[in-house]
Amino acid sequence: MGKTQVIVGLGSCGIAAGAGKTYNEFQRIMQADKLDFELKKTSCIGMCFREPLVEIIDESGAYLYGEVDPRRVDEIIEKHIKKISPIPEYIVQSSKYQSKDQQFFEGQVKISLRNCGHIDPESIEDYEAREGYHAIQKIAAGNISPDQVIKDVLDSGLRGRGGGGFPTGMKWKFARNHQSNRKYVICNADEGDPGAFMDRSILEGDPHGVIEGMIICGYAIGASEGYIYCRAEYPLAIKRLNIAIAQARGKAYLGKNIFGINGFDFDIHIKEGAGAFVCGEETALIASIEGMRGMPRRRPPFPAEAGLWKHPTNINNVETFINIPWIIRNGPEAYASYGTENSKGTKVFALTGKIRNGGLVEVPMGITIKDIIYNLGGGIAGEKKFKAVQLGGPSGGCIPEHLSHTQVDYDSVNATGAIMGSGGMVVMDETTCVVDIARFFLDFTQKESCGKCTFCRLGTKRMLEILTRITEGEGLEEDIQTLEELAETIKDGSLCGLGQTAPNPVLTTIKYFRDEYEAHIRDKKCPAISCKKLLTYTVIDEKCTGCMVCIKGCPVDAIEGEKKQVHKILQDVCIQCGVCFTKCKFEAIHVS
Amino acid sequence: MRIQRITLPKHGDAEPGKVDLSLMDALLEKYKNKKGNLIPLLQGTQDIYGYLPMNAIYRIHETIGLKLNEMYGVATFYAQFRLAPAGKHIVKMCHGTACHVQNVTAITEEILDSLQIKDGETTKDGLFTVETVACLGCCSLAPVMMIEEETYGKLTPREAVKIIREIRRGENN
Repeated sequence: MGKTQVIVGLGSCGIAAGAGKTYNEFQRIMQADKLDFELKKTSCIGMCFREPLVEIIDESGAYLYGEVDPRRVDEIIEKHIKKISPIPEYIVQSSKYQSKDQQFFEGQVKISLRNCGHIDPESIEDYEAREGYHAIQKIAAGNISPDQVIKDVLDSGLRGRGGGGFPTGMKWKFARNHQSNRKYVICNADEGDPGAFMDRSILEGDPHGVIEGMIICGYAIGASEGYIYCRAEYPLAIKRLNIAIAQARGKAYLGKNIFGINGFDFDIHIKEGAGAFVCGEETALIASIEGMRGMPRRRPPFPAEAGLWKHPTNINNVETFINIPWIIRNGPEAYASYGTENSKGTKVFALTGKIRNGGLVEVPMGITIKDIIYNLGGGIAGEKKFKAVQLGGPSGGCIPEHLSHTQVDYDSVNATGAIMGSGGMVVMDETTCVVDIARFFLDFTQKESCGKCTFCRLGTKRMLEILTRITEGEGLEEDIQTLEELAETIKDGSLCGLGQTAPNPVLTTIKYFRDEYEAHIRDKKCPAISCKKLLTYTVIDEKCTGCMVCIKGCPVDAIEGEKKQVHKILQDVCIQCGVCFTKCKFEAIHVS
Repeated sequence: MRIQRITLPKHGDAEPGKVDLSLMDALLEKYKNKKGNLIPLLQGTQDIYGYLPMNAIYRIHETIGLKLNEMYGVATFYAQFRLAPAGKHIVKMCHGTACHVQNVTAITEEILDSLQIKDGETTKDGLFTVETVACLGCCSLAPVMMIEEETYGKLTPREAVKIIREIRRGENN
């Protein structure tokens, strides 16, 4: 073994947590003290709650350090690198030490994330060293026919990871069966679901894996051109994709007659999305690449028949593509050995919200929600009570605590009224108001509706108005019924997935938390103490110092009192804006 | 629909000569005969000027032949495009789900309050534009805001205002 390696995790979230400064500090000390170790970059390993992460690999083994801010860098260099004495209390994962975070990695099966956090995403050599481009080379060397490739993908049981869950092999077969002199492969990297970031992590951490998946798809369906449609909000992902594409072209992995397969030309272009959630929908995405407003088209014809520029087109999500090289290399049986009867393989989830260990986890299908939250996620943050988990973003729904034994596979999740979606899992505790969450999602879909279908354009607006009114204590007795009626009409009257699923968050929260809706409407109370307009603010006499900060801050002069005397809030004047609560430095404002 | 996000250009923006149109030459040349060039052209124009000046849109129309109504349609459809100049620093407040449950709304209100503007507006001195955006994808660090390329995580209202204040102090010195 050669030099000691120091590998800093530089994904978007790592950088946001300060990993850039950590990297610079290692570099500075390395140069100042003339130390002989190799400083490398990698991307996100998924353990976001311990960012910035640094892995040190030396002769004795591999050690992953958590929360390495510049101050810890000095200590790690002094003790670990100079004296070869690792610091157990900072280690979050290592075969040599037990860490309290160990459980985060146990139970995970990394197929999609196999390279994330292990390779330098800007190095094609790193990717190749981990069997990168071996799958397409295996196809070329073994003269495996496109039909056989499609059969392998079908046999693996892989289903679309973008949310729809349509069998990937079937999609490829349709695109292959349509004859045309031009066909396209599109990678949908317009990850718009708020609360989901698995595609970003994959693009930032393993761009070559996605490219290889697309090349194999191009070979299988007979396409010569690929597009990656990536949101402009992911600048780092776009930068690394550009580097990866240039490297692949340099090695003739993209271009003409690639991998020695005669007549197989394939190249990839990047299209930057301009910020429209609806473009995650296949036909809207195609319209956007064509330079138009991203509005969905009627299907049929499906993109497999007439897609981009009216040519047969196959669209898959980032996470779907990254699975392909693994399936080809290890065989469909290996992939299908994970998961359940109808949902094979693994799925990546973005674990966020009121969870102790937030981050990215990849688990076999069929694991229960409870296992993910308590075993991997370490339970609810701050000793609060687990209330519900929101799955599938604005198209999904809330799964309540009493259904947390639900297995994560397409069918079981659908049965609850939620959807698997792209895999955003937002955990909510007792202080999160579900009516407010439903309002939040409707606000989102209402803004993102492209406006083509009347029911979606106006229906979501009406639903939002009703939900807003309920959270402001002006709900009417018939509101729940009106919401349900509107929901069904929008589902029936919308052309694309956005409208067809937009009411889901409302329907599931009504289904499981009807009592909370009723408390808002009848009693004008928010059981989660979250909806501002339904709160009562009072001064705690013992804590008030009479500093007058709240009086100065109150926009409606609803607080009276003299300096150094206990203040009082006039309830009939108070507009429940909460300014006094945030301004008070002595926690003397009570909310109920 | 995002109608409420559309800020109409202020009077005077369409005056010729206000922006240097020659900066667009290379861009127009690059996308002249490419299919699907409308969005990349608008993106490129916005990269140059920071927004889409009226006369730049006219220039694309005259040189490339793209229809004005189609360009306006696209420019008002996608969240990325702006028709009026933005502040020097664009503060993007993430209103994704994770940030929402971690109460980003209170932080946004505090920032807007301290800058005395509304969502989507620019401060009088032209230093800050505050926008609420959908997910920035840093959910585990929620609540999050992004100023230029820098992302700030695990914010509290007080910290967020302090960050803005420090940027302003840096500008004034």
